[in-house]
Amino acid sequence: MTTVRRSFGDIVSVGRSFPIGTSILTAVAVIGLGVMIYRYLNGIGAISNLSDGRAWGLWISLDLYCGVALAAGGFTLAGAVYIFNRKKYYPIIRSAILTAFLGYTLVILALLVDLGQPWYIWHIIINWNIHSPLFEVGVCVMTYTIVLALEFSPVVFERLNLRVPLRIIRSIQIPLVIAGIVLSTLHQSSLGSMVLMMPETVDPLWYTPILPLLFLISAIAVGPAMVIFESSLSSRAFGHKLGQDILSGLGKAIPYILGLYLLLRLVDLAVSGEIGLIFSNYPHNMLWWLEIIVGVALPIILLSRASIRQSKTKLLWCALLVVGGLVLNRFNVSWFALAGREGYTYFPHWMEIAVSAGLIAWAIIIVMLANRYLPLHHHEGEWKVGGGKSHRG
Amino acid sequence: MTKGVLVDLNKCIGCRACQVACKQWNELTAEETTNRGTYENPPHLSAHTFTRIRFNEVADNGNFHWVFAKQQCMHCEHPACQAACLVGALQKNEFGAVVYDDKKCIGCRYCMMACPFGIPAFEWEEPLPWIRKCTFCSDRQGGGLEPACVTACPTGALKLGERDELIAVARGRISAKPDEYVDHIYGEREVGGTSWLYLSPVPFERIGFPTRGDAAVTINPERAMSAVPPALFAVAALMTGLYWVIKRKDRLNRAETDDQKEKEEVAK
Repeated sequence: MTTVRRSFGDIVSVGRSFPIGTSILTAVAVIGLGVMIYRYLNGIGAISNLSDGRAWGLWISLDLYCGVALAAGGFTLAGAVYIFNRKKYYPIIRSAILTAFLGYTLVILALLVDLGQPWYIWHIIINWNIHSPLFEVGVCVMTYTIVLALEFSPVVFERLNLRVPLRIIRSIQIPLVIAGIVLSTLHQSSLGSMVLMMPETVDPLWYTPILPLLFLISAIAVGPAMVIFESSLSSRAFGHKLGQDILSGLGKAIPYILGLYLLLRLVDLAVSGEIGLIFSNYPHNMLWWLEIIVGVALPIILLSRASIRQSKTKLLWCALLVVGGLVLNRFNVSWFALAGREGYTYFPHWMEIAVSAGLIAWAIIIVMLANRYLPLHHHEGEWKVGGGKSHRG
Repeated sequence: MTKGVLVDLNKCIGCRACQVACKQWNELTAEETTNRGTYENPPHLSAHTFTRIRFNEVADNGNFHWVFAKQQCMHCEHPACQAACLVGALQKNEFGAVVYDDKKCIGCRYCMMACPFGIPAFEWEEPLPWIRKCTFCSDRQGGGLEPACVTACPTGALKLGERDELIAVARGRISAKPDEYVDHIYGEREVGGTSWLYLSPVPFERIGFPTRGDAAVTINPERAMSAVPPALFAVAALMTGLYWVIKRKDRLNRAETDDQKEKEEVAK
């Protein structure tokens, strides 16, 4: 009873600290939920402008393609902390894992809206087509969500003071992190493999047999950018103190990864003899230039400068460039540069947008509540990196 | 040996008996459409229309051609929809037909996105929608009957047979009347070959047939998917190895500094 009363008080005080923001957020979340209920009663045709000519739309581009890539902060940071032993990033690992977990939950919820027969989602478990990239995506998303839940579970166990499950999870922590990295590698890239099935409809500026590799590398680059973005915002919103060297350290890694990405994209176009398309393939080449200049080249240049990395605001803006470039890339590949069938046009219905916006609003609300109720930012002595003495104790 | 149908556009008179027969056999409802100033109706294939005739007015080499082109699932030799479907709801069967099993489907519509001919359709207006498309009348062929459209065709524009034999027949027709046919059997090589084959008096790109390469569209995704198991083991091994090496290095460093501290203390 006491916990219930306290949570109510706290929710009210969340409302007080963000009066307008929270009410808008709540409204978006509630409308989204309403539209989802309407959708389950009437089908996706009733709430979307999708058609035979454009069978995938906003949900696939935003919620699946961007959602999965933007949740890459979880596995990149877990890898940095637990495998590469970069203890510096330890204070932000929990919120990164939480956002990744929420991201994947959103992906699943959005896919359940997008599927024509969501109640048959379990068919994936019994009917395997191991040659389908989407099968790989489905299996990896399911298992990785479970892995993320387990990776995050110590936070909840700590809060509830459950010692036994805490000890069990910690004993398998490293295998969990490795499983998370393996699963992420597989399905970040298989989102690219999915599009390989469409050589005739995806614009040659984006279609390449190495698309899976490009998807993986860009996801690894956007992982730290997302962590910078979330951590900066949450440290502002919730007043957690965060050393700038943590975030600038993440920013320092990005130019190397994006540099490799840019090199691969250009070399790939040159090798396939399609490099001329960046000038001739109007209007799609405009999207290509925007993506490369704003989302790749500019962040490489800016984040190479220590003065920019040391400034909280400038670093945040650079992270936003990387995120924006990735979002544009995924939209290009799965929508803008992907030809639909002749005689159809597509612009998302407001209810399609309401579903996506509603899900994101729910995620933000949960992050806000988690920041309030869960030990996300302070770590007890027991919770140390690299299997220190406390682990064995 | 897979079956196929040879569609000779020179023999088609645009009567649309095939269209009607298809609706009848598959119990497809009529669609309400508006007059678009053409005989071509309905405007698209859909969950209620598995086949339709496209009417093309073409001026070619100074001659006028009114070409009627039947459109339906091409029943590819290497179907993209089959490779795409994550639950294996689409399969090429013993008749060469690519058939759909709604007991497996989850409604993801990847098949619709993957199809190089834009064929599979979705029941958008249904609360519980399925994919629908031409079945090559597998149910009729199983009972020894021809597909409904082939049976209905009054001019012999549709000819059912073994795919290899049909290609030979098509070659024969082209060489017998080279003035009346373009030297191209559409579907012989497109996307790795299709069960349905077309002969035309005018180049196919002039009558709305998509220009497709000879390679099966499934080649690149197949390659990518075959890299998955090695990638899985490689990443797992790499990460485990890195973890072990880095942790060991860390421990050695720590031991060294501990030793130094001890020595310093002893020296004091």
